[in-house]
Amino acid sequence: MFLCIGTNMTEAHPVAATFLKNAVRGGAELIVVDPRKQPLVSFATLHVPIKVGSDIAFLNGVMNVLISEDLYDKEFVSSCCVGFEELKDKVMEYPLNKAAELCGVSEDMIRDVARRLAAAESCMLCYTLGITEHTCGKNNVMSTANLQMLLGNMGIECGGVNPLRGQNNVQGACDMGALPNVFPGYQAVTNPDARAKFEKAWGVEKLPDKNGLMIPQMMEGLVDGAVKAFYIFGENLANSEPDIAKVERELEAAEFIVCQDIFPTETTRFADVIFPAAAWCEDDGTFTNSERRVSRVRKVSNPPGIAKPNWWIFREIAKRMGHAWASESSMEIWDNEVSVLAPALVGIKYRRIEDDGLQWPCTHEEHPGTCFLHQDGCFTCGLGKFNPVDWTPPAEVADDEYPFVLSTGRRLYQYHTRTQTGRSGMNFLLPEETADISPADAERLGIDHNERIKVRSRRGAVEVKANVTEQIPPGMVWMAFHFRENCANWLTNPAFDPDTLTAEYKACAVTVEKL
Amino acid sequence: MPTGTFHLNGKSVEFQPGQSILDAATDNGIKIPTLCYLKGATPTGACRMCVVEVAGARSLIAACSTPAADGMEVWTDSERVHRSRKLTVELLLASGNHNCLPCEANGNCRLQDLAYHYGITDIPFPITPQPHPTEDDNPFIIRDFSRCILCGRCVQACNEVVVNRAISYGYRGADLKIVAGTDVPYFESDCVFCGQCVEVCPVGALIEKKSKFMGRSWDLKKVRTTCPYCGVGCQQWLHMNKDGKIAKITAVEDGAPNKGRLCVKGRFAYDFIYSEDRLTTPLIKENGEFREASWDEALDLVADKFSELKEKYGPDSIAGVSCARSINEDSYQMQKLFRSVIGTNNIDHCART
Ligand code: SF4
Ligand code: SF4
Ligand code: SF4
Ligand code: FES
Repeated sequence: MFLCIGTNMTEAHPVAATFLKNAVRGGAELIVVDPRKQPLVSFATLHVPIKVGSDIAFLNGVMNVLISEDLYDKEFVSSCCVGFEELKDKVMEYPLNKAAELCGVSEDMIRDVARRLAAAESCMLCYTLGITEHTCGKNNVMSTANLQMLLGNMGIECGGVNPLRGQNNVQGACDMGALPNVFPGYQAVTNPDARAKFEKAWGVEKLPDKNGLMIPQMMEGLVDGAVKAFYIFGENLANSEPDIAKVERELEAAEFIVCQDIFPTETTRFADVIFPAAAWCEDDGTFTNSERRVSRVRKVSNPPGIAKPNWWIFREIAKRMGHAWASESSMEIWDNEVSVLAPALVGIKYRRIEDDGLQWPCTHEEHPGTCFLHQDGCFTCGLGKFNPVDWTPPAEVADDEYPFVLSTGRRLYQYHTRTQTGRSGMNFLLPEETADISPADAERLGIDHNERIKVRSRRGAVEVKANVTEQIPPGMVWMAFHFRENCANWLTNPAFDPDTLTAEYKACAVTVEKL
Repeated sequence: MPTGTFHLNGKSVEFQPGQSILDAATDNGIKIPTLCYLKGATPTGACRMCVVEVAGARSLIAACSTPAADGMEVWTDSERVHRSRKLTVELLLASGNHNCLPCEANGNCRLQDLAYHYGITDIPFPITPQPHPTEDDNPFIIRDFSRCILCGRCVQACNEVVVNRAISYGYRGADLKIVAGTDVPYFESDCVFCGQCVEVCPVGALIEKKSKFMGRSWDLKKVRTTCPYCGVGCQQWLHMNKDGKIAKITAVEDGAPNKGRLCVKGRFAYDFIYSEDRLTTPLIKENGEFREASWDEALDLVADKFSELKEKYGPDSIAGVSCARSINEDSYQMQKLFRSVIGTNNIDHCART
């Protein structure tokens, strides 16, 4: 059985979705929790169209049923988890009528989901950014984990909480320590032992000991002057961050911006220096996918002009700032540094991943890799801890002035800001952005399919074609961020989860106007 | 269930319960030619290429769709089998346009291989032209019905492997055709251009449009790599031509995690690397305009500026964003630069989009 919540898998992770569809054809049950009637719904046993941003209320409601009806996995909970009483107290605050009211589905439906989950032998929970891109993103994630622990669906092959990573190497960038609080391999920068280890490895005296800034803080720092120089490698922030007008003011304010990219983008306009980089196919290296599998990427052509590999560019800057780094190729970087310093990657060497990749943790050179975590209930930090959480509404909710909820995401035929897909013929399949709205709202407002309309939020307005579709429930607008002119991010709200600083791309308030 | 035994070309061999004659033979090192059989999909028995002789059975039997049974006596290469298979190939060759010269599948075609294997020099039947025009109205997939042998592998792949349910058999008799929806172009149907049908087509009926005239199959060199788009991390074969350009991309058949599947982006959205818009040289902004610069000049400028700012405002006045699309080694180097050289933990990436 599968529980997919906040994941439009057939479009965002098409090949992963094919395996899920195979399982459904083979008789597996599928519950899709999503405000939209997205493509996966046609394969679902049950579609639960909860309101945008009501995930925690829904999950607490389900857990309420599991506990009240005594349907949870008592053995797993008592032997592998702590904090059950606290969880129980919290979810008891979400009786069915309250949960149903908050998430806009019937009490029966919530009860039905709970009973089906309890009856299933195992259930794999999958989520994507529909869970994380909320001001309560972290709590959403904890809530999914609470549910899976309560059901005993952890540490088994067809269970667990499976985030599908949006970009090809988000997992890898995290693993490599491109985060303000950890070195490669998730070793905290605040831990003196970790610092000592990396000081020795990198041959430096004193590594910084306090957590750095996250992207939104960096951008705000550009305005208040705390951050003077901003080095942007490969990200098109001027299209991909919420509230484009604000982002551009921030970039404008910077004293010095370096961009490193393969194409000129909306963001490189703000650069003082642009470094031309090697693209995919122009360098050897590794990517790490959503299942923590490290796979090889191979070089088959030279970069155009005098463009250079990214690792080379960083090495050259280091050299000019007085640091001579030994590794002279991707393989040397990985084999001699990364896989030596990150404990979970020690067993992964280039020669071992010539064909299929290896999944970390892989702790020695004969280790076969690990295909699922927390086997036999052994969580990485001992017992699994329940983290009871309360539902909180999105930072901006529909009101009289802005009566629609705008939610955003990706579409199958384009990728992000289209720097790549827009240059590969994909515009044929998706030539422009649309604002997807429900037939009921279209009729009420007198909007025809394909008519140009205006969508406005407190931050901006875009003109865009209306796509009237049954996929969308009344009261909702859905858009993507693939096209510049009518990018959803002119509208989105730069409100962030307080811990992860993930932006609330999935919910803000807008109006829909006829032109 | 225990394994069973049957007789294969006179030898007693084992089979797993439920296994087809084809799979059991393969496990025992005996090759049976197939056309329509698609691993992982329900066998259809459509092409009759895999026929074998079974003692006691009046007609020849399709090995792909017949389970092996205890005590069964199977001959995979008898004279009768040979004649039947040769006839099957001859009929297929007569069933449309099988002029290999301009065909992209030339050298990578099961029908061509079988014709060669059975030594077919002439086609002893009149060639029937087929009635359906080629579909060539999208940038990715060409459907040349004149080369279609109606094996149905594409239908199986679309419906059972990737489960996009876009194509099926349409019409009857001599008009039989693989149709998308109600016989509309792919572009107007439910097709999502994953190209799985192209991947499995054994002949030149479905072709990657971008590969046309990019190189003969025997000149292409395969290099394995990982898709640059989403977090699934599909394994791809880059088919490199003599000029070092990608002629096409296919999936690594048994590779983890995608087991021979790709989506539209992984299969077709690769040629951005050849775009004229690529950045080719360092650029420095002067008076609001970018001008070209050498690496030395651009790198020195950045290193000097960072050193100056670090000196003046401290290392935390510099911040960086790494790339969640690029390789691990690049992110590693960037955080190393920030932590060990600049001296700040102000390094992040778009984990959040
Ligand atoms: S491209 Fe994919 S969806 Fe379209 S017909 Fe072929 S297999 Fe089906
Ligand atoms: S298009 Fe190819 S795979 Fe499909 S039926 Fe025709 S020959 Fe077979
Ligand atoms: S082929 Fe498609 S599903 Fe596979 S990694 Fe690439 S984008 Fe993702
Ligand atoms: S391969 Fe067995 S009938 Fe086609």
